[in-house]
Amino acid sequence: MLELATVSLLNGIVYGLLLFMLTSGLTLIFSMMGVLNFAHASVFMVGAYLSYQFARWVGFWPALVIAPLACGLIGAAIERYGLRHVHKSGHVAEILFTFGLAYLIEELVTMIWGRNAVANSVPAVIDFPLFSLFGSSFPAYKGLMMAISIAMFVFLYVALKRTRIGLVIQAALTHPQMVGALGHDVPGIFVLVFAVGSALAGLAGVIGGFMLLTQPTLANAIGPIVFVVVVIGGLGSLGGALIASMLIGILQTFAVAIDYSLLDALRAAGIAVTRASPLYDFYSIKVATAAPIVPYVLLVLMLIVRPRGLMGKRDV
Amino acid sequence: MLEVDDLHAYYGKSHILQGVSFTVGDGEIVSLLGRNGAGRSTTVKTIMGTVPPVGSIRFNGDRIDGLRPHEIARKGLGYVPEDRAIFPTLTVRENLLLGVKSTTRKGRWSMDDMFALFPLLRERADAPGGVLSGGEQQMLTICRSLMGDPALLMVDEPTEGLAPKMVALVRELLEKIAARGIAILIIEQKLTIALAICHRLYVMGHGRIVFEGNALELRADDSIRREWLEV
Ligand SMILES: Nc1ncnc2c1ncn2[C@@H]1O[C@H](COP(=O)(O)OP(=O)(O)O)[C@@H](O)[C@H]1O
Ligand SMILES: [Mg+2]
Repeated sequence: MLELATVSLLNGIVYGLLLFMLTSGLTLIFSMMGVLNFAHASVFMVGAYLSYQFARWVGFWPALVIAPLACGLIGAAIERYGLRHVHKSGHVAEILFTFGLAYLIEELVTMIWGRNAVANSVPAVIDFPLFSLFGSSFPAYKGLMMAISIAMFVFLYVALKRTRIGLVIQAALTHPQMVGALGHDVPGIFVLVFAVGSALAGLAGVIGGFMLLTQPTLANAIGPIVFVVVVIGGLGSLGGALIASMLIGILQTFAVAIDYSLLDALRAAGIAVTRASPLYDFYSIKVATAAPIVPYVLLVLMLIVRPRGLMGKRDV
Repeated sequence: MLEVDDLHAYYGKSHILQGVSFTVGDGEIVSLLGRNGAGRSTTVKTIMGTVPPVGSIRFNGDRIDGLRPHEIARKGLGYVPEDRAIFPTLTVRENLLLGVKSTTRKGRWSMDDMFALFPLLRERADAPGGVLSGGEQQMLTICRSLMGDPALLMVDEPTEGLAPKMVALVRELLEKIAARGIAILIIEQKLTIALAICHRLYVMGHGRIVFEGNALELRADDSIRREWLEV
């Protein structure tokens, strides 16, 4: 039991950190520009594919750098040549634009790499047991994922809190017009934030590609979870996104590992339930089977109890 | 210094500024007066480029209409909005630092000058801007714009809602700024300090300039005051 808990916790933290890498960019972009970028998860997917491709051409370590940089450039181009022009037509147009982009990216990826999953397996250099715990080993690539995520957040935090450009970004979160009137190039800052946010999504794609299947539906698989995290954390709040990412990462990982159902719990409590009881099928669903809906249950509860999310400043 | 000629502005379909023309000379204090909704705030927003201008705006001889707000600010225009727009989560010091436009070119004003102008800012330097009182925020927002070394400072309703003591401080601050040769365009409705400190003034109504003169001439003109200012 303790073994299961520790292993699940470690896996949950890895998954949570991955989610945060994805949501931090999205939430920064949202609070500055008021636009929820539905193509964000697609950039994540592109990161996974690019890392697969570059790893085959030039090896894993260069790919780990090239794929996020390429995603950053893609993000900058999306803002500079797409969203900036659509912005004049209002929020609905912006959202439709990012939706369209998500479909476009999915089709492009299918054209290039095919409809089936590519063999994006963990490279040999990082595929060895790092340490063992209660007899089960913790693989090195998960250690690397954690190290990269944590290093990324330290870098982001310092950049945001300790540099002049970080100060400009923080101010633009609440008063973009005033920041412009003080002589700072706000459109330029938008491109930068979009680029960094997309590069982070790309980096998450590189390391997430090992955990999830690298196939054209990857964006659709992760996208909804990302939005759930952003809403639960509070739109536009980095701290909230961190807490919500870890919460969902850990909860979902634990749920997957629990091989019991409500039925077992009822029986353990001495309540007799038979096939004839009403809702028997419902009781007998194993928690692990229901794990994928955990985030959405949280989302619905959060929207009812506290629509602004854990740390958000405005309602959804 | 600032020449606005036949300026129009629109919010969607509504035609707000309907041909506004006025000037501000070097080192001059000019007031833009009028009732709520006359279009004074829209005028300065249009000059700053946050509302798209139609017409001609010149600053030191260069056309600035059509430039983006940060480019306009870098030409030497300072803007203090009526909502003050303090960055609430950032400290007072960080608010002031954000007023600096370029780290390479040194301006006339330093952080210490600001602390000397309004010592409370030194005491509250590490407090978040959001916790200051309305009057303190007004002083902070003016000082923040000064850090950008403007040649012309446009201040929208700086005394609105302030206690008489703070009003006196704001007036003193604006006079000190003007004494350093900086031109000021001050917007007011209630004529709390504008008449006392301005060299010239304009009265706006329904998106047009309806009177141009100085404080003496306005005092002498009952009909203008009754029609365009008194509530
Ligand atoms: N963001 C806006 N959208 C639509 N109409 C606006 C907006 N801001 C101001 N207005 C309208 O423009 C007119 C002028 O407003 P404003 O320039 O704020 O006047 P003043 O500053 O002189 O009180 C008013 O009728 C006001 O209702
Ligand atoms: Mg106004």
